[in-house]
Amino acid sequence: MNKVIEIEHLFKSFGDRDILIDASIDVFQGENLVVLGRSGTGKSVLIKIIAGLLTADRGKVNVLNQSLINISKKELNALRLKIGFSFQSSALYDSMTVQENLEFPLVRNNKSMTRKEIDKAVHSVLDSVGLLQALTQMPSELSGGQKKRIGVARTLIMNPEIMLYDEPTAGLDPITCVEINQLINEVKENYHTSSIVITHDLTCAKQVSDRVAVLFDGNFKFKGTFDEVFKNHDPRIKSFYDYNFIEN
Amino acid sequence: MRSRQHLFSPKIDNWLIGFKDGADFVVMFFKETFSRDFEFKEFVNQCYRIGNSSLLLISLTGFVTGFVFTKQSRPSLETFGATSWLPSLVTIAIIRALAPLVTSLICAGKVGSSIGAELGSMKVTEQIDAMEVSAVNPVRFLVVTRVLASTVTIPLLSFYCALMAMAGVFLNVSNSEDTSFSAFLEQAFNNIIFLDLWTAIIKAVSYGFTIGIVGCYKGYNASNGTLGVGKAANASVVMSMFLIFIEEVFIVQVTNWFR
Repeated sequence: MNKVIEIEHLFKSFGDRDILIDASIDVFQGENLVVLGRSGTGKSVLIKIIAGLLTADRGKVNVLNQSLINISKKELNALRLKIGFSFQSSALYDSMTVQENLEFPLVRNNKSMTRKEIDKAVHSVLDSVGLLQALTQMPSELSGGQKKRIGVARTLIMNPEIMLYDEPTAGLDPITCVEINQLINEVKENYHTSSIVITHDLTCAKQVSDRVAVLFDGNFKFKGTFDEVFKNHDPRIKSFYDYNFIEN
Repeated sequence: MRSRQHLFSPKIDNWLIGFKDGADFVVMFFKETFSRDFEFKEFVNQCYRIGNSSLLLISLTGFVTGFVFTKQSRPSLETFGATSWLPSLVTIAIIRALAPLVTSLICAGKVGSSIGAELGSMKVTEQIDAMEVSAVNPVRFLVVTRVLASTVTIPLLSFYCALMAMAGVFLNVSNSEDTSFSAFLEQAFNNIIFLDLWTAIIKAVSYGFTIGIVGCYKGYNASNGTLGVGKAANASVVMSMFLIFIEEVFIVQVTNWFR
């Protein structure tokens, strides 16, 4: 299978604090890779490096066969059009309606589009996340789950090849979590994306993952399918599992 | 763990780093201003927001400034029997200094804090990152439009403030000396020269730019959640006012060479 993301010997630190230490991982075309780990282990830093929001101190980061080391601003922007980023906080623009939020990247990156084409694209992605009725609403009028969906829709409107989800189920009730997990799987099926899902929610990991990688102390200690990883008797994995699925 | 080396002391190093960051931010603003794809709609929107939000406050402050300044100056001039100079004296003060300064100080509080808080909030809720990852230039959309809007709108507000202050002066003068409007205008603008108007425009433009760029810089670099947003808004006001006073002194010195 083709690798869409290749990360080798990645190092990143903030001040005196080392976050990623010799981290290596690949993402293959069409797969959902779930990155697990406790808070502060560098999960979000990893996908921010992939999206070009942060730069690596050392190491190799290739996205869609393009190296992010010394990439020009123009090349990075061209690459970003192929990457969708769903933020933990949804990051919807407060001062804009849902329609304006969705149009925002589209009209600025496709100047030749007509009003009719823009409206069609907006309706199509809103329909795919099941929120057509929210078109004229402001972000403040939406629930947490709806905001997540609109955040995903805003990235889907650009037809990305790679989706990066940062804590997609954080702060949501269990039923909405399941809906978001379903949405992640639907996006993979319908838009043929490859994804990295950052989470510490094992239910989410179980439902959406083709593969799981667990970050401990700045690098990936465990990789494999969900069952392979959690059959491991390592106490760190066991405590992670027990915390999520408390057994009676 | 690595130990951090300091060039001077941590405080001086941080100040120098902050100064360099600020300078880089200004350079980035000019680069993006003269690039293609100007966000005209957002620029107009920001001009409207800045103008609309400050209009009432500037009307009131301008009028009161003119009225009170005239009232306070009268006894001193009466001592020398020079009350006829009052309109001229107060007009010079309003046009050369008071209108741009009063307007910019009000706008530093109202507009600067608003820009700092808005961009700071967008920063900590990752909205600026969201723009970046969707290949939209956030500096062009957020910073260029706001800085240009304040640079354009604050001189217009200064002009309006001067008009309101003159109305206050006229009210006081006409009540005390029964001066007609045409006589008042003649007395008021008799000693105003072209350089005074230019000085006022230069001051208002530079104050407007300062308020916009400081608000955007502080907001754009906000961190630490809601606490950071508050700090950004507060720092926008404090730093804008500080820089406005420094610019006032500098511009007065420079324009005095041409008198």
